Amino acid sequence: MVTKRIIPCLDVKNGRVVKGVNFKSLADVSSPVELAKYYSSCGADELVFYDITASAEGRELFTDILTRTAKEVFIPLTVGGGINMTADFERVLNCGADKVSVNSGAIKNPDLINEAAKLYGSQCVVLSADVKRVGGQFQVFAKGGRENTGMEAISWIKRCVDMGAGEIVLNSIDTDGVKQGFDLEMLSAVCDAVSVPVIASGGAGRKEDFITLFKTLPKVDAGLAASIFHFGEVDIKDLKNDMKKAGIPARI
Amino acid sequence: MIVIVDYGVGNLFSLKSSFAAIGADVIVSSEAEVIRSADKIILPGVGAFEDAAKKLSDSGLGDLLCSLAAEGKYIMGICLGMQLLFEKSLEYGSHKGLGLIKGTVKPIAEVIPADYKIPHIGWNGLKLKGEKSPIFSKIKEGDYVYFVHSFYAAECEENTIATAEYGAELTAAVQNNNVIGCQFHPEKSGEVGLKILSAFCELE
Repeated sequence: MVTKRIIPCLDVKNGRVVKGVNFKSLADVSSPVELAKYYSSCGADELVFYDITASAEGRELFTDILTRTAKEVFIPLTVGGGINMTADFERVLNCGADKVSVNSGAIKNPDLINEAAKLYGSQCVVLSADVKRVGGQFQVFAKGGRENTGMEAISWIKRCVDMGAGEIVLNSIDTDGVKQGFDLEMLSAVCDAVSVPVIASGGAGRKEDFITLFKTLPKVDAGLAASIFHFGEVDIKDLKNDMKKAGIPARI
Repeated sequence: MIVIVDYGVGNLFSLKSSFAAIGADVIVSSEAEVIRSADKIILPGVGAFEDAAKKLSDSGLGDLLCSLAAEGKYIMGICLGMQLLFEKSLEYGSHKGLGLIKGTVKPIAEVIPADYKIPHIGWNGLKLKGEKSPIFSKIKEGDYVYFVHSFYAAECEENTIATAEYGAELTAAVQNNNVIGCQFHPEKSGEVGLKILSAFCELE
């Protein structure tokens, strides 16, 4: 049976991990390579590197650090941030990424999904969607959640899957940072609409939130989080042991 | 020396890094002479069967691999590289493979329940079959490996050395003497995957 995946997300800017990382055991907590190795050794099933760099020079640092990480970490690596054309796919895949996540780039140019799926296969194309409730409707936001596109989210996600997106990361802006649990209602709506794997993001505050997620919505494939792992509020090994005790398939 | 065959399909970065991480002498090459001089050969691959099979045959590397296999050289196919070892694939049509292992590659959709997602993606436990293959000498039953595939090898029971449960028992690894195939990605399967690659390197 396929296990439920636990995925830490690293925000990388100019080659360094940002958003306060708090690991006493690591010599250099802002080194993506060190952190990735740490997560890989404690049972993370996959890693997401999110490039929040604005400058071209920073992008080069990012690809350099990605290459160094990929050389030492042997679990799947997904890269997102600043992916606007297939050349961006090429750039990060050549550095050892396994999957590439698109968000604003696909909103600007939906054909990007089509083209990338044809070139690299659907398994390589991850749609990341930032979604928020507006007037009783789920709507898609662009530019890191700052800009409302006015598009209805479920139909957008379905359209992307039809075009070749092989996996969905659903970030609920409503629950993000609140630490009161994942957005089960929103996730349920997306799971009912598509048949590709769905990764839940936004809202996890403690181990129980993951247990509730997988128990309530068995169709969800993975849970993604950042700061609760970085700050050691949730230990991945503990979490996976608890999942197993609760009857949720987990890789231990 | 391990040679990873470069025939223009897929990203060889992770495979190369994995062998480097276990201290193996590894190179990536598309040259017949280099491949012929290898101790062991890795046939990688992602993407579509038809395109990959055509590239193998157009480049002449397919024939080379078949003759090296007949000489007894160890060859390991990974993911699509494993599927290419079979007689044929029914992925969008019917296409001929290298025929080094008996069987046919078919869509997963034909054997799993409708509510299972395709592709079969993620970490799944290995069920070892028959006499334990030497490539599994360092791992145990139930160890998890990483899969991403929509097609699977069928009608190959006699050569199946591991399966994975996904609404049906899907072929996870096969071996016909010196020809080995892994449907999963050992280079993406953490410590377990590295142990499988390391056992492959040590085959005599």
